[in-house]
Amino acid sequence: MSRKVLVLGEARDGSLRNVSFEAIAAAKTIAEGGEVVGVLVGKAVSALGAELVHYGADRVVVVEDEKLTQYTSDGFAQALLAVIDQEKPAGLVLGHTSLGKDLSPRIAGRLSSGLISDATAVEVAGGNIVFTRPIYSGKAFEKKIVTDGLIFATVRPNNITPLAKEESKTGEVSSLSVEIKDLRAVIKEVVRKATEGVDLSEAKVVISGGRGVKSEEGFAPLKELAQVLGGAVGASRGACDADYCDYSLQIGQTGKVVTPDLYIACGISGAIQHLAGMSNSKVIVAINKDPEANIFKVADYGIVGDLFEVVPLLTEEFKKLKVHS
Amino acid sequence: MNIYVLMKRTFDTEEKIVLNGGKINEDGAEFIINPYDEYAIEEALQVRDANGGEVTVISVGNEETEKQLRTALAMGADKAVLINTEDDVENGDQFTTAKILAEYLKNKEADLILGGNVAIDGATGQVGPRVAELLNIPYVTTITKLEIDGTNVTVTRDVEGDSEVIATSLPLLVTAQQGLNEPRYPSLPGIMKAKKKPLDELELDDLDLEEDDVEAKTKTIEIYLPPKKEAGRVLTGDLNDQVKELVHLLHTEAKVI
Repeated sequence: MSRKVLVLGEARDGSLRNVSFEAIAAAKTIAEGGEVVGVLVGKAVSALGAELVHYGADRVVVVEDEKLTQYTSDGFAQALLAVIDQEKPAGLVLGHTSLGKDLSPRIAGRLSSGLISDATAVEVAGGNIVFTRPIYSGKAFEKKIVTDGLIFATVRPNNITPLAKEESKTGEVSSLSVEIKDLRAVIKEVVRKATEGVDLSEAKVVISGGRGVKSEEGFAPLKELAQVLGGAVGASRGACDADYCDYSLQIGQTGKVVTPDLYIACGISGAIQHLAGMSNSKVIVAINKDPEANIFKVADYGIVGDLFEVVPLLTEEFKKLKVHS
Repeated sequence: MNIYVLMKRTFDTEEKIVLNGGKINEDGAEFIINPYDEYAIEEALQVRDANGGEVTVISVGNEETEKQLRTALAMGADKAVLINTEDDVENGDQFTTAKILAEYLKNKEADLILGGNVAIDGATGQVGPRVAELLNIPYVTTITKLEIDGTNVTVTRDVEGDSEVIATSLPLLVTAQQGLNEPRYPSLPGIMKAKKKPLDELELDDLDLEEDDVEAKTKTIEIYLPPKKEAGRVLTGDLNDQVKELVHLLHTEAKVI
């Protein structure tokens, strides 16, 4: 049965995040041949509409307002609910990002709808739209369906493959005027800490440091390797607690959950709380002086050695590979 | 101030997950207060100590949940409420829990409601914002700082590592992120006092709710464990050769570079 599905596109620093394209791919599966409508909410975001279409949206509805310059749950909920009211979709997909996590339960609460958060896969099975999601920090998985309300989900970044980009594809980008009323919580200031370089939760490669990094300066070789691979730098709780880096880099049960294609753990022992944040990565490399370190149990490849020797050698070797290919 | 904390009893983080008849086996497992809810409890106590008032910790659970509620009382909460759904709800979801909590809270004139930003078992992060929406009060998720001045509130919020400073007002619901505070351990006198503090137990009937009113809007059709990972390869030989081999393997075998 085909159905109409909305996807909220999410912009960061003026460009769309990858997870929005992944959400479109999920919406295509849910739509079963029906229409996929992109939604953009912000101050001046309509120029991004074409790209949602290139990645598979059939058309795009834009809500623009001065009061939507920054995300607030009040502002964005009013905008998205107005689009839902106009379009009457049967499904809705957001990225499981900070924004998606904050906004989706409110929309679900308002519409009295089911919501499946943090889905890593979606399929049509037995006449149902079935979502897969990790539970118990990735130690188990559950398959879930929505039984009442919209087929509504947030999708974890880096898990659903976006559709191939078709630059020749065209679709209508229309605007919907919404009167944004009182915002009960307003942003006074944004302090940026994490976002130099690649976004950690969406990075395809993550180079992560633990206590073995020994100091703030000790992260330098990791940063260099990340740069060569176009990846992001992360850290274990131990490294954050020791003040070697900001908590914004922390990966684990408390902290971020990442599922990159390649995770390189440097000087990380592999406490269960850390594994909770990275064990679903596609390929894991461990570099640790201690051959008994727990991290080797989840690693696909391991090198027993001093990260300060191994990481610079790796950087050189990857540089050579880049030159050759 | 009238302060409420939403608390969930969860598996201990170190527990191994075992399936039994398609369900997570809970026999013999250790249970704890969801770690993010501990931050919420601690913050509630600090707000009360600074502004006066009362902290009530609420949990939707079963009779086992009394243990975690007693721990919250031992930390310093004034009252606890257990909404026991054991007999009424078989397969609840986040809608179920939020609906029950909101129904309980709707006439309580709460000034501040706190919860964890996510529970480490189900990990949806839905319940807090859903409750706020049902109560029609503002909410701020993943907070790392809370300052209250009269009814004006300044909250710092973690947004994927960046921080937002948000101005809002009471009544308010917030969900705690790591970094908000260092939760205290229950003291021995605290544990003794907790035994005498009020712990009310309610059921759906007491909230004028029928089972149908809280029926889940999602359904779990399967739970499974991830395929066991085969032991990885620890490389050997000269370090330079190991590094070369690793890059080669990542390029040709794993094909991630």
